[in-house]
Amino acid sequence: MADTDIGTGTDSATPFTARPRSFRIGDAVRWDTVVGALLLVLLVCSFSFVDNFGNALNLSFLIGNTLPIALIALPMTLLVVSGEIDLSVGSTAGLSGAVMGALWNAGYPIETIIPICLLLGVVCGLVNGLLVTRLGLPSLAVTIGTLAAYRGIAQIVLGANSVTDFPQQYLDFGSGRIAGTFIPYAAIPWAVLLLVAAVVLHATPVGRSLFAVGASEEAARFSGVRVKRLKLSMFVATGFISSLTGVFWVLHYASARYDNATGLELSVVAAVLLGGIDFDGGKGTLGGAVAGVFLLGALQNVMSLVNVSAQSQIVVTGVLLVISVLGPRVARQLSVAHARRRTLTASAPVPVATPAGHT
Amino acid sequence: MTTTAEPVRVAVPPSGGLLDRVLKMRELAILAVLVLMLAATQIDNSAFLSQQGIKDLLLNATILVLVAVGEAMVVITRNVDLSVGSVLGITAFAAGDFLQGGGNPLLAVVLAVALGAAFGALNGLLVSIGQVPALVVTLGTLYIIRGVDSIWVGSREITASVLPSGFVDFGHNGLSALPYLAVLAAVVLVAVAYFLRNYRSGREFYALGSSPEAAGLAGVPVRKRILAAYIACGALAGLAGALYLARFGNVDSGTGSGYELTVVSAVVVGGVAFTGGSGSVYGVALGALLLTSINSVLPSIGVSSVWVQAIDGILLLLAIAVDRVLALRVTGVLRKRAAETRSARHG
Amino acid sequence: MTQRIAPAGRLGVALAVTATVALGLSACGGTTKNSTDKAASSAPAAAVGSSADPNASTKTGLTVAFLPKQVNNPYFTISDNGGKTALTTLGESYKEVGTSSGTDTAGQVSYVNTLTQQKVSAIAVSAQDPAALCTALKQAMSNGIKVVTYDSDTDPGCRQLFISQASSEALGRSEVDLLGKQLNYTGDIAILSAAQTATNQNTWIGYMKDELKKPQFAKMKLVKVAYGNDDAQTSFQQTQGLLQQYPNLKGIISPTTVGIKAAAQYLSGSKYKGAVQLTGLGTPNDMRAYVKNGTVQGFELWDPAKLGSLAAYAATALASGQITGAQGQTFKAGSLGTFTVGAQGVVVLGEPTVFTKSNIDQFNF
Repeated sequence: MADTDIGTGTDSATPFTARPRSFRIGDAVRWDTVVGALLLVLLVCSFSFVDNFGNALNLSFLIGNTLPIALIALPMTLLVVSGEIDLSVGSTAGLSGAVMGALWNAGYPIETIIPICLLLGVVCGLVNGLLVTRLGLPSLAVTIGTLAAYRGIAQIVLGANSVTDFPQQYLDFGSGRIAGTFIPYAAIPWAVLLLVAAVVLHATPVGRSLFAVGASEEAARFSGVRVKRLKLSMFVATGFISSLTGVFWVLHYASARYDNATGLELSVVAAVLLGGIDFDGGKGTLGGAVAGVFLLGALQNVMSLVNVSAQSQIVVTGVLLVISVLGPRVARQLSVAHARRRTLTASAPVPVATPAGHT
Repeated sequence: MTTTAEPVRVAVPPSGGLLDRVLKMRELAILAVLVLMLAATQIDNSAFLSQQGIKDLLLNATILVLVAVGEAMVVITRNVDLSVGSVLGITAFAAGDFLQGGGNPLLAVVLAVALGAAFGALNGLLVSIGQVPALVVTLGTLYIIRGVDSIWVGSREITASVLPSGFVDFGHNGLSALPYLAVLAAVVLVAVAYFLRNYRSGREFYALGSSPEAAGLAGVPVRKRILAAYIACGALAGLAGALYLARFGNVDSGTGSGYELTVVSAVVVGGVAFTGGSGSVYGVALGALLLTSINSVLPSIGVSSVWVQAIDGILLLLAIAVDRVLALRVTGVLRKRAAETRSARHG
Repeated sequence: MTQRIAPAGRLGVALAVTATVALGLSACGGTTKNSTDKAASSAPAAAVGSSADPNASTKTGLTVAFLPKQVNNPYFTISDNGGKTALTTLGESYKEVGTSSGTDTAGQVSYVNTLTQQKVSAIAVSAQDPAALCTALKQAMSNGIKVVTYDSDTDPGCRQLFISQASSEALGRSEVDLLGKQLNYTGDIAILSAAQTATNQNTWIGYMKDELKKPQFAKMKLVKVAYGNDDAQTSFQQTQGLLQQYPNLKGIISPTTVGIKAAAQYLSGSKYKGAVQLTGLGTPNDMRAYVKNGTVQGFELWDPAKLGSLAAYAATALASGQITGAQGQTFKAGSLGTFTVGAQGVVVLGEPTVFTKSNIDQFNF
């Protein structure tokens, strides 16, 4: 990760004022670091204690199953940092898969179909973005609406059919792995996209604007950020990547159905929030989000290997999610209390910035 | 989340007959759509509004109305509760399990309501004391309650044959076309509406949703009110769970999953904005009635069920878009009027 | 913030480029459905090399994993417990894993992968999707794991055996016969199915339509197939819709345990009780109340416990090398008798049982 320090902390200082470089514990224990550490601990423990975890086949399964979530988590992180959310990602992926199946059945070449599906994703994102930015509607409500609408359209497009006879070389790309390693082919485009997203978020003015918009939209607008355009382009990027995921999903499972990727949005949101991206916007790192995605993925894999039932896995996911939002707040309160004590003992009246306005 | 909408909401003063009138218009608009739709369907299919047909429409809406009214109380305080589907499922099973063991039907309903209220309190405590975003917390409790439910229930299910026949009959009988369940829902609806409108603590829900900071400064016990909203929402979801059992006579570990989206849609279509502080529970009840009626209308005019989901989604988008445009209009008028008063005073 | 980005403009360019590329590619003629002249993968995976030794002794200590469409589903719990009982008598070990949603195909794939990792001896799976599990199941087979499908099949190339509850044809046709008798072979009928994508239901409905073409059904007309998505509320409303849209409707076939239950609950509380006949596939415990109160005259189902039990015996026979899944091979299934592998590796359990008021109390599942 690029080490721009803007707005990545767990406190709610606005990104443009330098945070007080003092004695906060909060600086040392940032939530995304915690998640990263947890992931490392989990991996080390699993490698040493869980049978069958460490072999190439299992690792490729792990990555393959996590990849759809990891893909969408990239633009979702950017979107949540800017203070918006997109719940229609699973439906967009389903829709592009359904269209892919319908066009394939109609006899179009796959080389035409895939760009059309991606284009469709851009349109889906554009619809979300325009409703949010032009009409000023809350993104949560808009994307719950399009969650139903896109899935409904997918159902109209493909109906009861399940299309499976895609060309073998494409299916091989979707499910195969690089010879001699555990890395699926599809992980390569993901790595490229990760790099792009990381650079955009943490090393460019666009990224800084995103944090600014998320922290205070007014302030960002006054400082010259074109808020609407920025948000619109983030929605479009999310739609695009979602449809890419939809295409990947079809190839990976060799099955285009209207109900592909149902419920994916909750997994993505859970992973991103677990990674310490603050739901109120303005805070988070891409590294945290990626760690969150793989923490959930690896945990699921390990729990299945040690025969934890699906029901218990649901509970674990929920508990993690609650901890992920409670954790940073408790840590912050502790650090504030600690800072106060330090101030009191060091009788010098050093002004301490208290965390502002959590509602 | 929704910072874009904030300036407008802040600009609308809570007083003023205009706003009231607009809100009424909003409810009337849903009612008009509903009546138009039902009338059109009746013309197309004369069996639609038979006694049985009307009874079915009301019965279908009952459960959604109850949960949506509870959800509306939470959304009015500018929070959200996504765990309602899970709560409905677990309370329905708890009530069924109790009845299966030979329990009293009335006690079973009380048990479901109490259990629901307990889950509501859990959500409310996390949100108000922990001061964490409601969406995330209740997404977490959605998973947790569903998981606990499936571990507890396993592959057991409650079927109609183990329930007392009086309880099941209560689920679908009524006074001619008016089912008992609908009467119960109407009583709850009126009570909640009266509370929100005529009690100080009820009005404080709106104040809290409009501006939490201002409400806090004005002496509204913010945490207490939020907690109360969540408990009410959980209790209503619990009541709905008990009624679900009576109505469908069948509950397993999957009951109510995915219901939260329908509930949130009904609330939004009914005119309660996600930004809090506005809307009425009557609107929400109409929204719920509209959504469930669409699901009855489409099959009875022979539209394939394939279209249902897309139509639901588009309707939701339309509803929030219309709300927004209306809100902008009202702001414009109010601003103009304020300017006129000011100039008149100076002139 | 001096940077001026114009995403809208860039977007336009990007769209134009993609469109051009797409058009260009299609003009050159790419890979289409017709050009991929795929060799139909209809041969069951059985034919792979190894030969069967019908006299081989049954190995003990094998692990057979059951992967139902959905855990916590009463139907699958009964059938998996049937498998468990069979495996325990044979001295094998049993485990059951699965997703808590019946449409979580990705979850089911990842469970197949996990079982491959755990190196179980055999997997008995009820597939949520005929194709989506193929890659994972083939990988399992190439790791030496025997694969049996039960209740719901995959493509034949992705498993060694399919344990069919009853032949699809017999099921589809017998449900129409059952309803025909109840209606005196006259009147409009409708079907209330599960999800539109449900493989089993769609096959059965195909045979129902075919059966209705026979002369004795000339006065029965199928007016609509509705989909209740195996959800109680949706099935409820679809039933209401059917009755309102077709006031002359005389009978409903619901070939899914969730659908028939919901339809029965609606009918029993409405004026249509007894006037509209309902039949289909249901479990006796679910339907007991409705059969006794006169809403339903009769319905049918196979014994799910026997289905699971047969799947367990078949998996054990495969893992012991007694059969490979080729047509004509036979294997013993305890008290169920001896079964022969049919074409495409299908083993049929037998005829479904019809439940009526007179016999329903003899069954408890």
